[in-house]
Amino acid sequence: MNIIITITVTALVVLYAGLFKAKKALLTITLIGLLTALAFVVTSWNTSQTYYGMMQMDNFALAFSGITILGTLFIFLLTQNYFAADSENTAEYFTLILFALAGIIIMLSYQNMSMLFIGVEIMSVSLYILAGIRKSNFASNEASLKYFLMGAFSTGFLLFGITLIYGATGSFDLTVINQYLVSNYKTISPMFYPGVILLIIGLSFKIGAAPFHFWVPDVYEGSPTLITTFMSTIVKTAGFAAFIRLFADAFAPLHDFWLPPLLVIVCLTLFIGNVTALFQKNFKRMLAYSSISHAGYLLFSLVALTSSSSNNALVYAAAYTFASIIAFAVLILVKQKTGNDHFDSFNGLAKRNPLTALVLTVAMLSLAGIPLTAGFIGKYLMFLNVMNEYQTYLVAFAILNALVGFYYYFKVIVAMYFKEGAELQLETPIQYKVVLVLSLAITLFLGVYPAVILNLI
Amino acid sequence: MEQLLLLLIFLPLVGALAAALSGNAAKHVALASSIVSLALALITICNFTPDASTQFMVDQPWIRELGINFHVGIDGISIITVLLTNVLVPLIILAGYQHNYKSPNAFFALILFMQSGLLLVFTALDAFLFYIGWEAALIPIYFICAVWGGKDRIKVNMKFFVYTIAGSLFMLLGIIYLYLQNPAKNFDIQAFYNLNLDFTQQAWIFWAFFVAFAIKMPIFPFHTWQPNTYTEAPAVGTMLLSGIMLKMGIYGVIRWLLPIVPLGVQEWGHTAIILSVIGIVYASLIAFTQKNAKKLVAYSSIAHVGLISAGIFALNQQGMQGAIVQMLSHGINVVGLFFVLDIISSRLKTNKISELGGIAKQAPQLAIVALIIVLGTVALPGTNGFIGEFLLLVGVYQYNVWIAVFAGLTIIFGAVYMLRMYQNIMLGKTNDLTVSFTDIKGSEKVVLYTVCALVILLGVYPKPVLQLSEASVQHLIEQVTQKLTLVN
Repeated sequence: MNIIITITVTALVVLYAGLFKAKKALLTITLIGLLTALAFVVTSWNTSQTYYGMMQMDNFALAFSGITILGTLFIFLLTQNYFAADSENTAEYFTLILFALAGIIIMLSYQNMSMLFIGVEIMSVSLYILAGIRKSNFASNEASLKYFLMGAFSTGFLLFGITLIYGATGSFDLTVINQYLVSNYKTISPMFYPGVILLIIGLSFKIGAAPFHFWVPDVYEGSPTLITTFMSTIVKTAGFAAFIRLFADAFAPLHDFWLPPLLVIVCLTLFIGNVTALFQKNFKRMLAYSSISHAGYLLFSLVALTSSSSNNALVYAAAYTFASIIAFAVLILVKQKTGNDHFDSFNGLAKRNPLTALVLTVAMLSLAGIPLTAGFIGKYLMFLNVMNEYQTYLVAFAILNALVGFYYYFKVIVAMYFKEGAELQLETPIQYKVVLVLSLAITLFLGVYPAVILNLI
Repeated sequence: MEQLLLLLIFLPLVGALAAALSGNAAKHVALASSIVSLALALITICNFTPDASTQFMVDQPWIRELGINFHVGIDGISIITVLLTNVLVPLIILAGYQHNYKSPNAFFALILFMQSGLLLVFTALDAFLFYIGWEAALIPIYFICAVWGGKDRIKVNMKFFVYTIAGSLFMLLGIIYLYLQNPAKNFDIQAFYNLNLDFTQQAWIFWAFFVAFAIKMPIFPFHTWQPNTYTEAPAVGTMLLSGIMLKMGIYGVIRWLLPIVPLGVQEWGHTAIILSVIGIVYASLIAFTQKNAKKLVAYSSIAHVGLISAGIFALNQQGMQGAIVQMLSHGINVVGLFFVLDIISSRLKTNKISELGGIAKQAPQLAIVALIIVLGTVALPGTNGFIGEFLLLVGVYQYNVWIAVFAGLTIIFGAVYMLRMYQNIMLGKTNDLTVSFTDIKGSEKVVLYTVCALVILLGVYPKPVLQLSEASVQHLIEQVTQKLTLVN
């Protein structure tokens, strides 16, 4: 609870600081707030507090909170002059991101499905605005509207699903639902099944899994890059954690029922995400599609529910988050220089910026899943998880998709190292350097010695 | 003594870091590092007892939660590959001395990084570690070939990369499967040997591993990436690929495939031999028609590797022993050949056989060393190639006479195209292009003389090498046949 309070209070303080034109202090306040929240994550470790049956701050919630808060912190470090170019109202954007984060923490820790809904809404409403903060930019407006319409639509599914399940079980509480399933296994109300399906659809919309992914590329491409970073890393991780919490905690006894539709979603997501990413000429759009394919890999943790499933998802989410932050950070730097985010903008980048190129290369290797990076450990755990159920064909299918992934992730490496280009020198502010180095360190450290986060949950 | 092996594996990594930081002096740093490695390898051999046991073993938990251990060791089979790696890397680095590479520090650092990965592959006794080494060797060579390669390098190397990574991912699938079957939940090679897998399990795991190894070697029909990659790569890259990297595939078959899935080998080994022999004939025939010398050597390499793989799958002492000796000989010879071609192409800017001729008159020393290496490649008695190919053919002969007949074609074909290439390049009339050819000098001399010395030395006195590996090979064959008789 401390975590949510801290984040919310920080958001309000930032808003007031904006009111009093204390622009310089905004970032400092935010960082202090987030660091305090992180400190609370550490101190409440292993305590597992329940708040009136609505929320449960267990290690699962805390571990994912840790990643999302740290990721958000990194993203804030990247705001250096980012919003200032667009508008005067930097404080509002900071506040909105923080509110979204507060919603995310609720999504990570809900014990009651009404809290899931509230968390999703707090997060989504902030994001609808954030996607459209470039008021005069056509693409930004389009992204905002699309995101809003699709988001509202999927919220409908979510709500309807929750309602049906409430109708069947008479409760929003995850434990009660689970007990209902266990004790009435033979006589589950027929309302329950469509409820589960609707929840799968609603949550798939939120995490951008195929075939409910159509909004992802346009929204990710149209939104300001920093917001895209937030959406594709933090928001996605949160969506997943919510997904896993619901299905692993409450619906686990019905695994046989929801596995087939989930498998269809996994296969479609992997295939569509990877194959479409292959044809992109725009780096940002490629990342959008690749984020769809990563959603597919992440869903592997639900295909086989073992004791380590959620921890596997945590490792994968951490690997994916920090590699993506690197990719987007470099993209922002490149775009500032060249004005567009095509692959061609990366041509010859390595010549003048060898270190930045190296960091981006490691990030791409991690996203592609090459050993000694965090991404490999994540993929390996996912494959291991699924192989536990002997879904060998699914893993073989995933491997073929991973191969496609190598093509498009290497595209940017090829552009940076092997192609001739304008040889521009990127201006890397100190905050960017900090974020790049820290993310790189996390990516490599988790790749070489993942033991630190393997048994967290 | 245990630290020796750790030092052997990690010293190149330190060397790589030092080279990366040393700017234009990188080549000297790299050479120094590789020579120290060679010295360490020689010390290892001196302390090695030639029996079937695994020595210099290090077994430390790495990721305990996942059952992954840093478990490495050397036996009579891996000592040959470790020796090969550590002998060839300094030669290859020295072969790159005359070139002016852009960003030389990155270039030489990558070579040493790769050396580390290779040594990990050759000494790993933990399947996960083996996989890590397998990929860690691939990434640097991809960058070496794709950054410093020829015109078509991007496309060609992408094909190479995706091909090899496809193979290795399926191998990973097999490894995960074996891990799940293992009641101890670890990746220990001994535990994998002791698994009781039924026939269907063994059959598909055979393919999961075999495809990875076959792509690396490469065996027909998985070879299509090879000729272009060899041709487009910088000379140093080609030498690393053909001299050391393809041995990863051969070594993988010997160390992992045969003992873990003997039933799979019994069922599908015949297919593997047939594919290898098809590869021999097919690659030889293509080599006949090649106009580019580098490509010709690339195809000849496919033929030679085909024979090695046929010898291994014959599953007898001679075949296996031949394969191990031939790994060493082929590595040395092919590095020598590619270096000779690199010397020619860096002076004359061409590797087209028809444009060359009469180099022997201008460069008698080069002609002589090239002749020795070519003779070693065509397996003339008294050279290193002879011992290996002879043993391999004996092994295949014991398996099946007709297959041996076709496999034997490699020697005849090889002699024809190799000698014809030699004749066209070195002998005959000097033309306008070759008239200005200058003889080898400095580092070129060192590399080529060393290679020639090894060709002759191993040809005349191969006994130490055979002795090193004999007990381990015998142990391996016994292990496999024992497991087979138990089941049958």
